[in-house]
Amino acid sequence: MKKVISNILTGLVYVFLFAPIVVLLVFSFNGSKSLSVFSDPSLYWYKELLKDRNTLETVRNSLLLATTATAIATAMGTAAAWGIDRLRSRWYRTAINTVTDIPMTNPDIITGISMMLMFVFVGRMFGARNSLNFWTILIAHVTFCLPYVILQVLPKLQQMDRALPEAAMDLGCTPFRAFWKVELPEMLPGIVTGAIMAFTMSLDDFVISYFTSGTGFETLPIRIYSMTKKTVTPKMYALATIIFFITLTLLLISNAIEDSDDKESRKQKNAKND
Amino acid sequence: MEKIIELKHISKSFDGETVLDDISLDIHDNEFLTLLGPSGCGKTTTLRMIGGFEHPDQGDVVFMGKRINDEPPHKRNVNTVFQKYALFPHLSVFENVAFPLRERKVPKKEIEEKVNEMLKTVMMSAFANRRVTSLSGGQQQRVAIARALINHPKILLLDEPLGALDLKLRKDMQVELKKIQKSTGITFVFVTHDQEEALSMSDTIVVMSEGKIQQIGTPTEIYNEPVNAFVADFIGESNILDGVMLDDFRVKFAGHTFECLDKGFAKNEPVDVVVRPEDVDVVDPAEAELCGDVTSVTFLGVHNELIVDIAGFKWMIQTTDFVAEGAHIGIKLDPDAIHIMKKSKYSGMFGDYSTFSDEADELANVQDEEDAE
Amino acid sequence: MKSLTKRPGNGSRTALAPYSLWAMLFIVVPMVFIAYYAFTDNNFQFTMENITRFFTTVSNVKNPDGSVEEVRTYLLILGRSLKLAVISTAVCLLIGYPLAYRIAHARKRTQKIMMTLVMIPMWMNFLIRTYAWMTILQDAGIINNILSKLGLKPVHIIGTEVAVIIGMVYDYLPYMVLPIYSIMVKMDSGLIEAAHDLGCGTLSVLRRVIFPLSLPGVLSGITMVLIPSISTFYISQKLGSGKFFLIGDAIEGQYVANNLHFAAAMAFILMIILLLFMALIKYFTSRYLYGGNAK
Repeated sequence: MKKVISNILTGLVYVFLFAPIVVLLVFSFNGSKSLSVFSDPSLYWYKELLKDRNTLETVRNSLLLATTATAIATAMGTAAAWGIDRLRSRWYRTAINTVTDIPMTNPDIITGISMMLMFVFVGRMFGARNSLNFWTILIAHVTFCLPYVILQVLPKLQQMDRALPEAAMDLGCTPFRAFWKVELPEMLPGIVTGAIMAFTMSLDDFVISYFTSGTGFETLPIRIYSMTKKTVTPKMYALATIIFFITLTLLLISNAIEDSDDKESRKQKNAKND
Repeated sequence: MEKIIELKHISKSFDGETVLDDISLDIHDNEFLTLLGPSGCGKTTTLRMIGGFEHPDQGDVVFMGKRINDEPPHKRNVNTVFQKYALFPHLSVFENVAFPLRERKVPKKEIEEKVNEMLKTVMMSAFANRRVTSLSGGQQQRVAIARALINHPKILLLDEPLGALDLKLRKDMQVELKKIQKSTGITFVFVTHDQEEALSMSDTIVVMSEGKIQQIGTPTEIYNEPVNAFVADFIGESNILDGVMLDDFRVKFAGHTFECLDKGFAKNEPVDVVVRPEDVDVVDPAEAELCGDVTSVTFLGVHNELIVDIAGFKWMIQTTDFVAEGAHIGIKLDPDAIHIMKKSKYSGMFGDYSTFSDEADELANVQDEEDAE
Repeated sequence: MKSLTKRPGNGSRTALAPYSLWAMLFIVVPMVFIAYYAFTDNNFQFTMENITRFFTTVSNVKNPDGSVEEVRTYLLILGRSLKLAVISTAVCLLIGYPLAYRIAHARKRTQKIMMTLVMIPMWMNFLIRTYAWMTILQDAGIINNILSKLGLKPVHIIGTEVAVIIGMVYDYLPYMVLPIYSIMVKMDSGLIEAAHDLGCGTLSVLRRVIFPLSLPGVLSGITMVLIPSISTFYISQKLGSGKFFLIGDAIEGQYVANNLHFAAAMAFILMIILLLFMALIKYFTSRYLYGGNAK
């Protein structure tokens, strides 16, 4: 009996969690313009979406931004994680960790406002009338993606036997070759999941983008925001549905990578316990 | 024998904490040398200095007559078997062993031959294509040895390589390591905290404590003639008593004067006296030199281990005779059962056998203090 | 032995240099700019004006009974934000804790699936899923359509505080479930058996063993839900029909109106409040968890 009640309650929570998603998916196939009355299934809104040049332009912008931001954040974040792991100075490490925590714990609105203020101020120093553009939003995205990369890569280094790079050098590698042939393969799962997380965060971000992008560069979430200010058609739902499935696929891939990595390290542990 | 490595007056500290304090040591060709000591004694740092992973603050590392202080690890003709093996988890057994050859761009065919031969030496041929993460501890150990030997180093450094193995596997690997060392003729420098392992495998043992070398010698020398209380306590079991050297060949301790084989001390010089538990003869109290009460008896198969309270000092005595707990017994010591050492900073730190471990010692002290309150 | 655990410091600073510089320029310096803007006027002269404005601006509101009352505008907004955020957090905890417990005690495969399902809604665009809630809760929305088909009376939810809370709970529930789940799943089942062995009933195991052990997860869940729900600025606009202005809306409004100094002042005040809150959580954690029973 207790079990049944617990199952029903759990089920209700999942209904709550998936209600809007299901509504979204279903109504993206609505034949009419309504978002609350379903008339007949059709792909009309998907076709409309493909005709909407402006929206597709923002999709392209978002992809460009997410790709660039991910590439920069992944390279810099990986190097940073490697550096933090080897850092001897305790105060330096504490300082870096504290600063890395700031974008994670600060509300997005504060991160966004703070960067916007700086960009505006610096832009004004150089006499620019409009100081927000692609570069400012890129900087902002790189900044909030960095912690995700670092937090994914760092544990991989911490789990790694510190003797591995030493063993490589002992066997004839220069320090650089040792990094390339031994440390990088160990970090790789973390780098990949970090990059995927960064990519999806960047693609999905609205609040920080809202404050740091000027009129010249519109991302998809910003476009969605301005469209939801007016009435929304199922076209937006169609778009959200597509993006949702792309993100979902990426995340399932990254989950799979993590899983196989976990299994690997568990195997290793078991072998050692033999 | 030719000297391969000379460590000359090496000192090293980390964050102001001295780890090595004026170490000097020669390592010879074809030698099995063991660095033995408790954790934190500096043995691993010494090993890493030979491998090139640490650099001395003071002193020189000399390799075959050439100073190599600043030579990076990949340029030294020295290889290491790491504590937890440090096998590359993303490579197969074969590729792990082939790693140094590929780094030197050895032709493919040659790599194949050499690796297969090496895997045969360590009896791992059947596992060539397995992932190293799927191997047991002992198998990983073999791969690590093969990988370290494939470059034919002048010296093989082994950092507590048997620490993670269970007792029986350990014994096998000890024998095998010794065999490999003999057949290859490579100098082995072996780090361990296990004195039994050190005694059974080494040509030379270097006993270290607190960043200093306490004694260098063959296993028998170290066991029979420890230079101070630390070595005596660390190697095997020993009863260490305060004594006074009355004259050459005459020492007084435990309220009795004994004959001994040591000389060259000043008249009435205070000394430390070592008596190994197996050198004590249990006799009838009537004909004994010392008498005491047996406080505990532990049956250990080949012998019984007695703890005997003699005038407040708890002796450990190993005997094949049966003795009951609580019995009043006497003991006798032959002159060659007694070994005299000069007083050192370690005198008095290793007492009797009221407790076996330092931790129990400490707890007992705390308890005493609380009881006193 | 010791040296093995030593970090090989060489090269670390070079590798860290780009990130250190970046973090300095784009994380630390912007924080300083918030303070700088908050305490200056349009000509960048020092002023307390922005801060005092936050505490003293008044406006008139009509009570339901028709009387007009003078209130401190921004304090009212801040108070409302805090209230809605606290309620949402509490609801998240009430739903999230049992859910996390349930998931953590399911079979390994089921756990994986259930957790993925909890996380999936987060990957639907935040704006759109909030908008979808609007279409569900509207007076002529999906819920009321269903109710009228069943011959029941329609409910009015949209534009109430309840709607805003539903939106917040929906958006941030996963942040509560995740940390609690991950701490519960690591919990040694031996501990629970030990508690039973020592005579605890199911409820008292929950109260005396499981809950105290899961507390770090609960606290981090509370932090992760409270912070975004205090500062959100979209949910209230859509689900509250713009009637429940929150502090996030106020900041956004000032940004749109190009009153950057006042926007900065509000962000600054919000930041201080959050810092105090985090310090409190930290104090609570260390005190209750590790020093609680010490003399």
